[in-house]
Amino acid sequence: MNEMSNKWIGKNTIRPDGAEKVTGRAEYAADTTMPGMVWGKVLRSPYPHAKIKSINVEKAQSLKGVYSIATSKDCVDFPIDSPVILGIQDMRWMSRNVLAKEKVLFHGHPVAAVAAKTEEIAQKACELIEVDYEVLPWAIEIDDAIKGDAPILHDFIKHNNKSSNIAGTLEHSKGNIEKGFKEADVIIEKNFETAAVHQGYLETHACLVSVAPDDKMVIWSSSQGQFMVRAMTSYITGVPQSNIRAIPAEIGGGFGGKTIVYLEPVAAILSKKSGRPVKMVMTREEVMRASGPTSASKSTVKIGVKNDGKITAAKGIFYLQAGAFPGSPIRGAAGCCLAPYEVPNAHTIGFDVVSNRSKVAAYRAPGAPIGAYAVECVLDELAEAIKMCPLEFRLKNAAKEGTQAVHGPKYPKMGYLETVQAALVHPHYKLPLQKFQGRGVASGFWFNAGGESCAQVNITEDGNVVVTTGHPDIGGSRASIANITAELLGIDVGRVSVLIGDTATIGYSNLTGGSRVLFASAMVVTESTNEVINILKERAAQIWDIDKDAIDWENGEARPAGANAGKFKPLSLAEIADKATPTGGPIGAGHQVNTVGAEGGFATHICDVEVDVELGIARVIRYTAVQDVGKAIHPAYVEGQLQGGVAQGIGWALNEEYIYDNKGHLDNPGFLDYRIPVCSDLPMIDTVLVEVPNPKHPQGVRGVGEVPIVPPLAAIANAIYNALGKRFYSLPMSPPKVLERLEEN
Amino acid sequence: MIQGTFLTPNTIDEAVKFFSSSEGSVKLLAGGTDLLVQIRNGFTKPDKIIDIKNIRELQEIIDNGNGSFTVGAAVSGASLAEHNKFGKNWPGVLEALRLIGSEQIQGRASLGGNLCNASPAGDSVPALIASGALAKVHGPNGIRSIPVEKINLGPGKTNLQKGEIVTQFDFPDREPSSSDSYLRMIPRTEMDIAVVGCAVNISMDGDKCIDARIALGAVAPTALLVDQAAKIIIGSKLEDDVLNEAAKACQNACKPIDDKRGTITYRKKVSGVLFKRAIQIAKERALKV
Repeated sequence: MNEMSNKWIGKNTIRPDGAEKVTGRAEYAADTTMPGMVWGKVLRSPYPHAKIKSINVEKAQSLKGVYSIATSKDCVDFPIDSPVILGIQDMRWMSRNVLAKEKVLFHGHPVAAVAAKTEEIAQKACELIEVDYEVLPWAIEIDDAIKGDAPILHDFIKHNNKSSNIAGTLEHSKGNIEKGFKEADVIIEKNFETAAVHQGYLETHACLVSVAPDDKMVIWSSSQGQFMVRAMTSYITGVPQSNIRAIPAEIGGGFGGKTIVYLEPVAAILSKKSGRPVKMVMTREEVMRASGPTSASKSTVKIGVKNDGKITAAKGIFYLQAGAFPGSPIRGAAGCCLAPYEVPNAHTIGFDVVSNRSKVAAYRAPGAPIGAYAVECVLDELAEAIKMCPLEFRLKNAAKEGTQAVHGPKYPKMGYLETVQAALVHPHYKLPLQKFQGRGVASGFWFNAGGESCAQVNITEDGNVVVTTGHPDIGGSRASIANITAELLGIDVGRVSVLIGDTATIGYSNLTGGSRVLFASAMVVTESTNEVINILKERAAQIWDIDKDAIDWENGEARPAGANAGKFKPLSLAEIADKATPTGGPIGAGHQVNTVGAEGGFATHICDVEVDVELGIARVIRYTAVQDVGKAIHPAYVEGQLQGGVAQGIGWALNEEYIYDNKGHLDNPGFLDYRIPVCSDLPMIDTVLVEVPNPKHPQGVRGVGEVPIVPPLAAIANAIYNALGKRFYSLPMSPPKVLERLEEN
Repeated sequence: MIQGTFLTPNTIDEAVKFFSSSEGSVKLLAGGTDLLVQIRNGFTKPDKIIDIKNIRELQEIIDNGNGSFTVGAAVSGASLAEHNKFGKNWPGVLEALRLIGSEQIQGRASLGGNLCNASPAGDSVPALIASGALAKVHGPNGIRSIPVEKINLGPGKTNLQKGEIVTQFDFPDREPSSSDSYLRMIPRTEMDIAVVGCAVNISMDGDKCIDARIALGAVAPTALLVDQAAKIIIGSKLEDDVLNEAAKACQNACKPIDDKRGTITYRKKVSGVLFKRAIQIAKERALKV
């Protein structure tokens, strides 16, 4: 597609969801109601670790206004020792996370649920459920979970042939690291820690589920994938997928945290047992205590360089908390951490550690910020040790087309180098700094993803266009798809409506995650639209009675390809649509593909901080995020993704952390003491969109949503070092920690 | 949600009568910005709520002249900020009240509610204490005036007797060249709770400090009036060594705890820092009056 002639691709068109959202019309999951609806509430574990000996629901059942009660006995049984894999999840864990079975594994773990006439009655009934627990010792932190005499969460999990809380490992190797370190002139090895942080989506989990007497189920819920909701609910309830219609609501933020279910299967069981539609809405406290944050971590990174700046070897060891069930994002930490660099000899390994905390869920580039934090901080120290500009140092070691990445692939054309070059020449990098101000840089990578997507493009009777895709729009996919469709058809973008279909109206589409949606849906929409154009040409051929190949589609019109084709007045989309019935019927096309070719994304960030050295407060005062975005289909949305990722990274670096008390309870389950940044905490986050088109995509799209949270942790740590001359090896770099460090001398 | 009685008296007498004759769990509601959150979180389940914000005296701002004001206990931060003179005379009190919550919360949050909620971290309380304001308390046995620092006993506990309501605050006359200030430490820039708060109210004669009241918040079970620090600076020209000594007195007065919001060491250190910063602001303001 010719860049210069683009009319809609690359334009900041009006958001299709904007008017509905700002006028309060958009329907979120908690806005849905039905006649006869009742309310579900969850009884949660008061202990971080305990055996469930018995559950007696008699008293609760007899409370006036109670309709039904659910426990794990109502769920399909998934034997604990045989995996049932769905995407990156395992239904053994998912079912036990939704309703505890043999044991409760964290404070807040759901044990039972009640549907009642009102939320208050449901709550009261929950308090009447008698659970007999055998309280067990617990482990919260990684060190407590991996020490010799640690309480074991899952007996059958073995590591080195012994029962263990280490549930799995993942390794990448390249070359010979012993040899590599021998060649190095300077070697630096450091240990790092990060705290568990929550995605912080503003909309809490919510759903309404209605099961009719014929077992037909409708689910309205807020998720990152209506097909994921359907599949997981089907697995856990035993109702076939064909009987479940999952309708995606508008979503008030997900960031990965809504890629699994918490409420839907429970509401389904309650609805089936009561015969009433059941609505459930989590409180913020429930979200904080029982929905997934991302892992806390401990890591050790060792890197060797020659005096000329060439990296000779790198080693990374990453322990990530999984929470109560296996599945921490060790792949993101061990796989992404060295991806921006040409490293001849490397070994990275991740350990998946279970402990008595809520099960982690995906969070924006899961695991990658943890890996990059350690590597990018060590690189900063190395650059200083060999007296090299940290960006020149990265430039010297930058991976490029043809580089064999430590995590496996040989890179095609990609733009890491370009991000470093753009950062080097950016005016920000040369601005003078005042006392107690500092500048740091860091780079980052995220895999991005393809996967299954479906699209249907239909021409309306009046000659406009409706596009249906199958993934919730959490980052601008509707606006971007409208741009692409309008571009291909050569019509005004205002004539294209893009909708998110439910599981009954569009084919299986994988969830919104992995920065995959625009990459994948643009592919199927492009295929579908091109087919529609073909049909339109056929119809024009019929009307004119000439050969289809003698027709061009240009500017939204069918035209004779040349003088030989004959002399006809061009036929517009509307004119062809008007004649659709006599020429063969409705016009539309759909495609369904398992998309491949989603190439990774790279970013380089520059961050300035200022530290109040008497109070220990570090504030980010200037920030520039440079990223290879492939092709920005809707630049304002892309910029928003970069800014959002940086904002979350700033929170992670400076203030956010899950704090546990000595009873194994989360001590800050709300936004007062779990401090995500507010607007006034952030500077204007500048962005530079580097466009190195993905050669494997029709519009050159690369995923953009996750990469921007990868560099900030290290960029900020490096900036604080530059301001204070002191390095910090644990996050968050909160005021008491910073002040304590400053007082050390 | 609560089920119970919601009363909206229009006079102080009526409110006192309701309050003193109520059985069970009764809560007064001024702005409700703490109470509603506590109800929602299940920390309290009152059978009865008495909404006192419709009472005239609790919504009045009276200019008594000479910088003295009488401010109703339920006057919101937004209303007090709109008054054309109060903030000029008591900028520290106003800035402390204005730090509570967001713009929306400011439409409700009040001095009386902030004080009687008895949180050690209430922002306006140290500023009220430093100002020397008296709380006017109406009860079944009549009216009494209590220095603000005597109202709170500990987290969630006040000195008020059954049926007693804080109705107004009486701010004293303003001496020439006097002013106040309030600073707090929060990890964020807004929408947060004080890890340490410090209020200073001083009177100057030329470059000499002739009177001072200093109060700290969030460093003990109640906000503290730190007489020791005031004694050190009164009579001085606020020289660096005097301020350092007074800052130490502030640190020594702290009886903080280690919790999720800060450590003992951190809070002590910060109380001295905030004191020194707050006094510079108060001094500059005083010398401009």
